[in-house]
Amino acid sequence: MKIVACVKQVPDSEAKVTASGGQISWGESPLVINPFDEYAVEGALLQKEAHGGTVTALCIGPESGKEALKHALAMGADEAILISHPALESLDTQAAARILAAAIKKIGGVEMAMFGRQTLDNGSGITAAQTARVLGWPMLGYVGHITLDGGGVQAARVIEEGRQNVKAPLPAVLSIVQSIGEPRYPSFIGIRRASKATIPVWSLGDLDASAPSVAVSRTDLITPPAREITCQVITGDSPAAIAQTLVEKILAEKVL
Amino acid sequence: MKTLVYVDHFKGVIQPASWEALGLAKSLGMATAVVFGAGLDEVCKMAFEMGADEVLQAEDAALVDYRPEAFASTLASIAAAQNPDLILLPTTTRTREFAAMAAIDLNTGVLVDLTGLASEDGKLKATRPIYEGKLVEAVVCSGKPVIATLRGRAFPRPVRDPSRTGTPSKVPAKTESPTSVVGYEVAEQALSVSDASVVVSGGRGVSNNPALTPPAGLDERAAEIWRAQQGFKLIGDLAGILGGAVGASRAAVDGGYVPYSHQVGQTGRVIAPDLYIACGISGAIQHIVGIRSAKLVVAINKDAEAPIFKVARYGVIGDLFEIVPALSEAFKQKLGK
Repeated sequence: MKIVACVKQVPDSEAKVTASGGQISWGESPLVINPFDEYAVEGALLQKEAHGGTVTALCIGPESGKEALKHALAMGADEAILISHPALESLDTQAAARILAAAIKKIGGVEMAMFGRQTLDNGSGITAAQTARVLGWPMLGYVGHITLDGGGVQAARVIEEGRQNVKAPLPAVLSIVQSIGEPRYPSFIGIRRASKATIPVWSLGDLDASAPSVAVSRTDLITPPAREITCQVITGDSPAAIAQTLVEKILAEKVL
Repeated sequence: MKTLVYVDHFKGVIQPASWEALGLAKSLGMATAVVFGAGLDEVCKMAFEMGADEVLQAEDAALVDYRPEAFASTLASIAAAQNPDLILLPTTTRTREFAAMAAIDLNTGVLVDLTGLASEDGKLKATRPIYEGKLVEAVVCSGKPVIATLRGRAFPRPVRDPSRTGTPSKVPAKTESPTSVVGYEVAEQALSVSDASVVVSGGRGVSNNPALTPPAGLDERAAEIWRAQQGFKLIGDLAGILGGAVGASRAAVDGGYVPYSHQVGQTGRVIAPDLYIACGISGAIQHIVGIRSAKLVVAINKDAEAPIFKVARYGVIGDLFEIVPALSEAFKQKLGK
């Protein structure tokens, strides 16, 4: 079973992200593996442990993307590949999907390609589905549980209304959600192995691809005004008195 | 401008943001509602009442269950036949997927989870939050049609006019999909946290009611969950009185108190209710990011230093097990329920 886990590198969730002159900055905050993608790596490792095989972590990004890949290696991925080229700096999702699909084909023999549900930065959450469509593979989205049987995959999809259980033949693309289980922490041995790993870098030429055309482009960036909130603490002689005052305050805000 | 509006429903229960998309389409020109599935009379009737100029139904038993490939192909084939300028969908787990796949078929782009969309000199300009709402980006799509999904409650909902009627037209369904549906386990909560105008949420603190004695024979963890579930009943009562949904912090979900579908925050959902009441939630950064768009935040916590108070308009420093039932009672009286 050859499994690919697609990961992206993003600013840490606690970063103060600002925009100026069309550029985004996140100060001194570190770049980390997209936290949603850790579930994809975890899902891939669980399947590898259950059925044997290998896990390849795949990332499009600049040289720094290797750090996100090293995190996946430290968690237990067998190998990692970085796809990097100056023409890939401002991709939209469908362009990224075409590049990832080309890389998954080049890796060859892949039976499951796993993604996180979305990234922390752009947050569209659609690259997995577009990669599936480009590859012509089934798309199983928001998967919280995976069972493999007789060449097919059965998956529990966590949707607004509950769970939809589906099955599909392999190869398939899956996006993985939190119900799969908390991502394991990198082990000491894993971290040491990852720090020594050589991560191959594929360019567009290695994929026999030209820079894909982009359909969605950003025209402006806005920093939303910081909301000035001062908390008014409601006090009273009894819970009933506090509740009475609070209800009056809430009703006066006319939000109900 | 000609717009197709996909009306998202699960077994006939319509995602209300579909109507917000329809209202936006009407403001831009001609609005055609598109409905998939079988037994769609009520959904089509409602689409006319909510303002659709015409309704197209892809009626086929094979479209009753959502399967992304069939939905994507059906949408792409309708778009190819109708040649719209714009396709609007409410943002749901389903639409994110199949709209994105249809965009590959139609060789265009998707603008996802928009909070703003307007036509300027015949060109559509959209805005959407990025980096967990820390920034907003303006985006354009150079392909045609422009495909866009709208964040729930970001656009006004049109007023229903029961006197509007019409006859839906049939369009062909594309039903091929490698996926088959085995079955469903339906969540107990009908109204999801992303659609609700009021969300009452519980956190770790909900399990800390010292006044409760768990049934004999439970181990420590089972007792904690039992305690938390008693606490979530109080939260559910308040949510019920306000016509809202029950939310939860990651700590409450990880603790096994409530299912993941309730989670608000980074790995759960970003929500935009009119009123958010946080009970026993300390307010980790990821949770606060998830409620950034709430209009009014109220926090109840016994720890005066809890970060949730920094984003709350009103706060009660006290015992949620006393305050929440008192709030339920006070709202019941004030709202005449």
